[in-house]
Parts: sequence; C-alpha cells; structure tokens
Amino acid sequence: MKKSKKLMCLALSAAFAVSALAGCGNSGKGSSSEPTYKIGAIGPVTGSAGAYGEAVKKGAQLAADEINANGGINGAKIEFKFEDDENDAEKAVNAYNTLKDWGMQMLMGTVTSAPCIAVESEAANDNMFLLTPSGTAVDCISGSNAFRVCFSDPAQGTKSAEYISENNIATKVACIYDSSDPYSSGIYQNFAAAAPDKGMEVVAAEAFTADSKTDFKVQLQKVKDSGAELVFLPIYYTEAALLLQQAKDINFSPIFFGCDGLDGLLDVENFDASLAEGVMLLTPFAADAEDEKTQQFVKAYSEKYNEAAPIQFAADAYDAIYTIKAAAEEAGTKADMSNSDLCDALVAAMPKITVEGVTGTITWAEDGEPDKEPKAVKIESGAYVAL
Amino acid sequence: MSFISHLINGISLGSVYAIIALGYTMVYGIAKMLNFAHGDVIMIGAYVVFTSMTGMGLNPILSILLSMVVCTVLGVVIERIAYKPLRNAASPLAVLITAIGISYLLQNVALLLFGAGAKTFTNVVTFPSISLAGGKLTITGVTIVTILACIVIMVGLSLFVGKTKPGRAMQAVSEDRGAAQLMGVNVNGTIALTFAIGSALAAIAGVLLCSAYPSLTPYTGAMPGIKAFVAAVFGGIGSIPGAMIGGILLGIIELLSKAYISSQVADAIVFAVLIVVLLIKPTGLFGKNIQEKV
Repeated sequence: MKKSKKLMCLALSAAFAVSALAGCGNSGKGSSSEPTYKIGAIGPVTGSAGAYGEAVKKGAQLAADEINANGGINGAKIEFKFEDDENDAEKAVNAYNTLKDWGMQMLMGTVTSAPCIAVESEAANDNMFLLTPSGTAVDCISGSNAFRVCFSDPAQGTKSAEYISENNIATKVACIYDSSDPYSSGIYQNFAAAAPDKGMEVVAAEAFTADSKTDFKVQLQKVKDSGAELVFLPIYYTEAALLLQQAKDINFSPIFFGCDGLDGLLDVENFDASLAEGVMLLTPFAADAEDEKTQQFVKAYSEKYNEAAPIQFAADAYDAIYTIKAAAEEAGTKADMSNSDLCDALVAAMPKITVEGVTGTITWAEDGEPDKEPKAVKIESGAYVAL
Repeated sequence: MSFISHLINGISLGSVYAIIALGYTMVYGIAKMLNFAHGDVIMIGAYVVFTSMTGMGLNPILSILLSMVVCTVLGVVIERIAYKPLRNAASPLAVLITAIGISYLLQNVALLLFGAGAKTFTNVVTFPSISLAGGKLTITGVTIVTILACIVIMVGLSLFVGKTKPGRAMQAVSEDRGAAQLMGVNVNGTIALTFAIGSALAAIAGVLLCSAYPSLTPYTGAMPGIKAFVAAVFGGIGSIPGAMIGGILLGIIELLSKAYISSQVADAIVFAVLIVVLLIKPTGLFGKNIQEKV
C-alpha cells in the first residue's frame, strides 16, 4: 500500500515535470526552440459517434509523427492537439476556442457534419484554414477557407454512377431511397441526373419515408418487375438490413450498391451477414487493398495502436495531415506566420496540389471539393473486400 | 398476378396493424382513454423477447410468456401511477398528455438500456411459408400466424367481454362508470384488468411485429402504434371486430396505393381515405352510434 503510494507520487511528479517542460517548449517559441506548425483537430472520441473521432485522432497523429520523423513541414515540426466534441455542435465550438487559446494555426476537422457546420462559421470569421477529413454535408465547407478530403453527399451520387458505369457493373439500374431524408434524396437526385450520361438506364425509382420505413416489399416487387440488374441504395444501414431481408423473402437478388450510409451494416447486432453477401458500397478506403501505400499505412497503424485495421475515418485523417503538408510546401509557408496569413497562402495553394493518399489521388477545386477516383468494396463472407 | 401479390403483402402488413389496434380499441372501449404509450409497450415487449432469447438463450415460447408477464405488470403499473390519479381530472386532455409523456419515457428508458443501435430480431415463427401459383406467390409463415393470432384474439376477446363476469363488468364500466360502481362493480379493478389484458396483447403484437419486420430500435413501436390507432378509429374505436377489419383494410390501402399510385404519397392517401370514411360514418366502420340521453 505504502509502496504504491510512493510510486504514485513519483509518477505524478514525473508527469508534472514533463508537462512543465512541455509548457516551456510552447511558451519559449521563437527564443530557444524552433517554431512549430500547430495543427488542431476536433471530433467525437466519446459518445455515440466516438469510434469516428478516435480513428481520426489516431490516423492524424500517425501522419504527424511520420512527418516529424522525416524533417517536418518546410523544416518545422508539427504540433498536433485533439479536442473532443462528443458530436455536439456547441461543444465543438468550445473545443475550437480552446484550440485557438492554445495557438492553433490550422484546423483539421471537424469529423462529423453538424458540428463541422457550426465550427466552419467561426473558422471563416477568423480566417482559419479548415480541412475536414469526413464532414460530408455540403455546408461543412461553405467558406472560402474550408476544404474536405471525403466526397460530399451529392458527390457520392455522381461518383457512384461513375463507378458503376466505368466498371461495367450494370446498365439497368433502380433506386430505392428515403424521400424524407436530405442525405438520401440528395444522393439519389445526383445519381439519377448522372446515370443517363454514363450509359445507364434508371428503370425504377421508388421512395419511402421516415413514417413507413419498415415495409419495402412493394418497392422491391416493382423494382424486381422492372428488370433492374442493380439496385442503388443511398440509405442508412438500419433500413438496409430490413430491406435485404425482404428482398430475400421475395427471391430477389440483384446487385445492391450503396454509399457510406451502408457502412455499419455488418455491425447491426444479430444481423445475418449472409444477407449482405455481395453488397457493394462506395467508400474511399479498404484496409485490404493491395497497393503499397495502403499496405504501409495499415501496417504502421496496426503496429502503433495494436489494432486489427484502420477504418476509413483514420485513412481520411491521415490524408488530411499530408494534404496540409503538401499545401504548406507548395505555398512555401513559414511556421511563425499568423493563422490568417497561413490560411490565405494555403487556400491559394490547395487547387494546385495533387496528393497521393491512401484514399486515392486527390486534387481540389477552388470551392474546396476534392476530386478523386471513386473506390468500392464488396461484402464477402461477412467482411469488406477491396475491388 | 402482381396485384394478388400486393394484396397478400397488404394483408400481411395489415394484420400487424390489426393486432396492435386490438389493444388500443380494448383500452379505449372500456377505460375511454387513448393509451398512446401502447406502441411503446409493444417495443418493450419485443426487447424482452430479444434479450431473453439471444441474451439468455431461453426458448421462444418461454420468452414470449416472460414478455407477456413483464408487459402486463408494466401496463398495470403505468395505469396505477400515471393514469388513475388523473381519471377524474377536469379535462380529459390531462390523461392524454400523460400518455404521450409515458410514451417518451419508455422510448428514452429503452434508449438508455439498449442503446440506439438497431438489433436484428430473430424470427420466432417457425411456421412454413406457403407457395402458390408455382412459386410466384408466397405467403410467409409470419403472415399466417399473425392473421390466425388476430382471429383467435378477436374471438377470445369478444367472448370474454360478452360472456364472462369480469367481461360484463367491463361493459358496464364502459357504458356508465358511476352506475356500474353503484351496482357493486369494482371499477378500479376492472380498468386495471383491461390494462393488463391490453398490455399482454402488446407483448404478442411486439413479437409478431418484429418477426415480420426484424429490426428493433427504441422507436420501433412508435409509428406502427400511430398507424394502428388510425386503424382502430377507421374500424370504429371500441369495437373489437372493427379493429381487426380496420387494420387489415389500412394495410391493403397503404400497399396498393404504394404499388399503383406512388410510393411517395402512400401515407397521404391512407389518411385521405380515413378522412372520407369518417366524414361519411363518423363512428368508423363498425362503431356503435350511441345516443346520449339528456
């Protein structure tokens, strides 16, 4: 008992000493130590979306450590700090203010859409560079200071159409979507608009609403009668789990193709994974892809955090940090610039860079939207397999 | 052929509405109150079955019996704590609002206990599906069991209310609470019994609802509850056969309008039909038109 108390004391005093030293490092900027790039990040590491923030935090930290080990950005090291927002817009704004007090120069975040929209309006006022790894709502990057790594909601529709046609998966397609949900109907509209140009025929488009999202038999029957080879499902996994069951009940087995909303299908408790056999979904990242970059990332990630494999959020964050590096090098920034000067320089550089990331080769438009090759995964024997 | 298949699907959806509507109409007919928490008692019943089957490995029959006991206790407790003190309140709205409050309470308790994530319910109905016309039409086992259960419950309830002593006490309470009390009927006991039966039916409805649509969340009961309420009003609220016919008709109208008009406005059509029926027959299809004596 006494011994453990003593140990505790030692540990605590050591911790104090370390934090005091770390404090010195921060305040002593410009005098004894070299200036650093302070990159802040915000996302949920607790609460219902905790897994997303946790992955982003780990992915970004990994990228920052790698960059620091290889000489940093323009010769200066990165300091990375992550704040929890519990997927709550108000807490995200508080976290943003905390990071500003810390001296943040660039923001990598936030992770989820609603908090990101709130933080973006603050960041736009401060002219703070914002790069969200995974905020898909259109308004997440409404200001000129903001960019994103993932596809936006509408882009998922267009990119799905592109992917299906380029890989010759099907020509006669049908859609079943939730007309009462902006995410679902937004993707559907963009998909339906893009499909004819890609040589696809939308033979049926059936909707359901939040008030009647348990029975899809009629929609499935109509889709079946229309002769569709592929059914596009821009919906969430909860409804998809029911829909797949009902499709099986009427012996209807087309190719089902979904977007990021279907990610999580295999995690539904007690779900019969055989129903999802062959379901495809558009996602920027698959941990078992065979290219060297992905393999390296997956290996480094699982060694550092002792986990099986990173999810797409970790990959998005990893690319986000490398994107900041690429833009900063393109603009030739210095670590002691103010956040506003940095923002102007980075915004000007973003459309000029190309990032070879683990989520694809990415370029940016001036409005902040990324352009990259769409990738898809397929569910086989209860696991995601890269295509 | 596709018409018949849509019709069968409609009956299968309608039979689920019907079985929920029976509980609504029973409570309304006797206690004269709308128990908006009925849908959420269904959800609790389904969670009890889910937990005892997948969590504790009980067999389906035992799980359903356990769930009926839990729901019965829950229903009686809700009635005693939340509804009884307000039974003689100046405005009948008080107890209606309380019922809505109980509905939210149950949803949030379930959210706390079981989390927001959807769970896939294991189908407890092992009855085989029937194939007709060379496999072009299938009637699932759940549909057959639901319809059979509906008929059994409907006949059972009608007999119980019409022929037994507690049943006749229910009728008496339903017609005139004050007079029934003067004649020696235990009004509180009778209303508690009504809630007990209604909630036990909710447990059965929960199992059948989740066997037909195997996704269980804390909000699973809310929308079917409202649709079943509509079905009960459609059939004539308070009438036991009315609830069953109303439920099945509602299911058929909903699916046929999805199939032949538009999948987007199906719900609007269902409610438009309800308005038309109520305009022509204000007490619903099977409602009794009792004239108040002044």
